Amino acid sequence: MSAAPWWASENAWKKIAIWVTGLSLVVLIFLTFDSMQQITAGGKRVPDYSVINQRIDYRFDDVRKYQVPVIGPEAPLFGKKVSAEEAEALVAHGKKTFQGRNCINCHTILGNGAYYAPDLTKAWLDPAWGAEAARESLMIEFLKNPDQNARTFGTGRKMAHLRVTDEEAKALVAYLKWVSSIDTNGFPYNFKTIQQGG
Amino acid sequence: MAAAAIGVLDTSHLNGGQKLAVKYYTVAIVLFVAQVLFGILAGLQFLYPDFLYGVLDFNVNRMVHINAMVVWMLMGFIGSVYWLLEDEAGTPVVGLKLGEIIFYVLTGAVAVVVLVYLFVQVGPGNDMTRWFINEGREYIEAPRWADIGIVVAVLTFFFNVVATVMKGRATGITGVLIADLLALFGLYLAGMFYTTNVSIDQYWWWWVIHLWVEATWEVLVGVIMAWALMTVLGTRRVVVQTWLYIEVALMFGSGILGLGHHYFWIGTPDYWFWIGGFFSALEPIPLVAMVVHAVYDSGAHKMRNSNHPTLGWVIAHAFGNFFGAGVWGFMHTLPQVNLYTHGTQWTTSHGHLAFFGAYATINIAMFYVAAQKLRGNVWMGAGIAGAWRWKWALFLLNAGMLTMTVALLASGYEQSFIERAIEGATWSGYFAGQSHPWFVQGMQWRMWGGWVMLLGLALLLWDLFTIGAGETRKAYSPSEDEAARTAA
Ligand code: HEC
Ligand code: HEM
Ligand code: HEM
Ligand SMILES: [Fe+2]
Repeated sequence: MSAAPWWASENAWKKIAIWVTGLSLVVLIFLTFDSMQQITAGGKRVPDYSVINQRIDYRFDDVRKYQVPVIGPEAPLFGKKVSAEEAEALVAHGKKTFQGRNCINCHTILGNGAYYAPDLTKAWLDPAWGAEAARESLMIEFLKNPDQNARTFGTGRKMAHLRVTDEEAKALVAYLKWVSSIDTNGFPYNFKTIQQGG
Repeated sequence: MAAAAIGVLDTSHLNGGQKLAVKYYTVAIVLFVAQVLFGILAGLQFLYPDFLYGVLDFNVNRMVHINAMVVWMLMGFIGSVYWLLEDEAGTPVVGLKLGEIIFYVLTGAVAVVVLVYLFVQVGPGNDMTRWFINEGREYIEAPRWADIGIVVAVLTFFFNVVATVMKGRATGITGVLIADLLALFGLYLAGMFYTTNVSIDQYWWWWVIHLWVEATWEVLVGVIMAWALMTVLGTRRVVVQTWLYIEVALMFGSGILGLGHHYFWIGTPDYWFWIGGFFSALEPIPLVAMVVHAVYDSGAHKMRNSNHPTLGWVIAHAFGNFFGAGVWGFMHTLPQVNLYTHGTQWTTSHGHLAFFGAYATINIAMFYVAAQKLRGNVWMGAGIAGAWRWKWALFLLNAGMLTMTVALLASGYEQSFIERAIEGATWSGYFAGQSHPWFVQGMQWRMWGGWVMLLGLALLLWDLFTIGAGETRKAYSPSEDEAARTAA
């Protein structure tokens, strides 16, 4: 049997496989370092947790051609300004509640999760909360008793009653407020926001 | 040891690793059934939202649905590795007793996790919940104690493989297998930590999910396929191994950086638009190569093979992988499209066809290999009794899945247009999409597909337990046939 041409040779492909994999990994690791740096909380893309002390908006950017988060003047959550440490603890409690109550298997957040309920990336800015002044208490009420405060828009699809406590509901609201400040490259597109700041 | 007669179901027909494989396959099949049942519950809740509300809420059903899937597929893969290990290495599995113990530990752990999902369901927002009830991250919900158990189990399994290969013969197939398993299990660790930062959370979460299904799992099924084509069709080793290296090069070369198609919208920088879009667009290429490989080899052997149901499912795998992952994946992988389809029923459509087409099929193909050997390498070619069963199971499962996929695609398009493009994904916009008749019709058609799959699954189970019963002919052997023909 004559020798196979290189492109049909087992050995050549073995070497190619090793090189291609190695190179791809090197590039991925390099980009991962860069991405980690850019998405650490406190950077430009992912603000510090203390951003919950400020107004957050989501407005069209003429250069980037999609909406981007805009951090506005002071607007403390629940009317009480918190320190950076308190903010982080509050948001962490919210995140842990989000995981512990398995919210992700009904909702998406940053577009990932389940598709039985609305995406929560910009839930803090949702116009359905009505007036800015009522938003915080409506959110807390809703999270604690979603069956009694159901909207469902004619579908009858209610959120589960998850026995969220008062503390947990507040923490969840803080978490969702912080999430809404993340620069998501314009996702969700064309989101209509709640009227803020009169 | 007296071997049982042909056609009689008896584990004495098997080697040690294969006996353990059958145990893994059995648990895999039980979980497959659970997956489909809980999928049906979740699907019904889209249409009848009060169904089981407050008892088994949608999130619980969905979690069991997708966790049962991940575990049954992994158990199927582990079983398949035990199945082929002794043949491939030419020596009995080293440390099999330990592997056996670990199998029972793993199965027990899975049972406990599922019971906690069903009866405890959720917990307070503290660290205990993540350790003992539910981690609350999609696909890897298993609590931390179970994660650690899984790591220990998997290390034992890995030890079995490496020790056996070191004692016996190292081949191209086992070389790729060992490197791939190392990567596959190593990646699991990337999902085992807590962070408050949701962007960093999702960044590493995708390492587990994407680098599993679009890199390491693909290569693992490439290994199983290579072995199956050698034994079922009699394809020469040099041919399958060369293909295997080509697949590794193309799959890793596109899939590793293709990871970027999940980094468009999670807070990560926008250079991922280009990198993720470009490399993930290349991912279908190895999947085309696999179709060519399977179809060409089947043709080259004039479809003469030792196990018709297995070959049927291998071909379903090649096409399912190509369409579900390659075509359906490609359709929404560019950021220009994904901006609107991200996290809609579009994604579900792709997820179903890809997981079923790529991974359910190849596992079922291996179940048939086991069914054949369990009856003493019985004839599984033309003219077996009750052949309609495997043919109808193959048809119903695939037709049901295709129906589901197309129905979900229609709903997904509708959702992308109405909820996303027009309404902008607000609360009311979401429900504007969900309540549209065209969306609801897709949800109804999905259920019809689901019922058909359930029927196909029942038939599959019946067939797996009965195929070859009473048959007295020995299986067709590609290698003996080859020898006879060259001698003539
Ligand atoms: C069983 C599924 C399910 C689970 C679990 C679930 N939700 Fe919901 N959620 C829904 C549904 C359905 C709606 C829409 C309800 C309505 O319109 O009455 C909703 C609505 C919401 C809304 C308002 C929608 C918006 O766009 O602003 C918020 C906020 C929310 N959920 C947060 C959460 C949080 C936080 C958790 C976890 C603690 C959670 N949900 C768990 C199903 C679920
Ligand atoms: C067998 C291989 C594959 C399987 C099993 C698979 C499965 C999945 C699943 C289940 C999801 C949803 C994840 C979630 O729950 O958030 C997903 C998402 C995605 N997949 Fe795949 N996939 C495969 C291959 C591919 C390929 C080859 C491509 C591209 C060419 C692709 C493109 C995508 C994209 C773009 C998303 C994100 C969808 C979104 O934005 O919501 N996939 N895949
Ligand atoms: C037999 C009937 C089935 C039904 C009725 C069904 C139903 C469902 C439902 C309702 C969801 C939740 C989707 C959402 O969040 O909106 C889901 C998710 C999922 N199912 Fe199924 N399913 C079935 C079978 C299967 C099979 C056989 C597989 C794979 C082998 C599978 C894989 C998945 C995956 C990967 C997801 C997550 C998808 C994503 O996040 O994009 N399902 N299924
Ligand atoms: Fe992916």
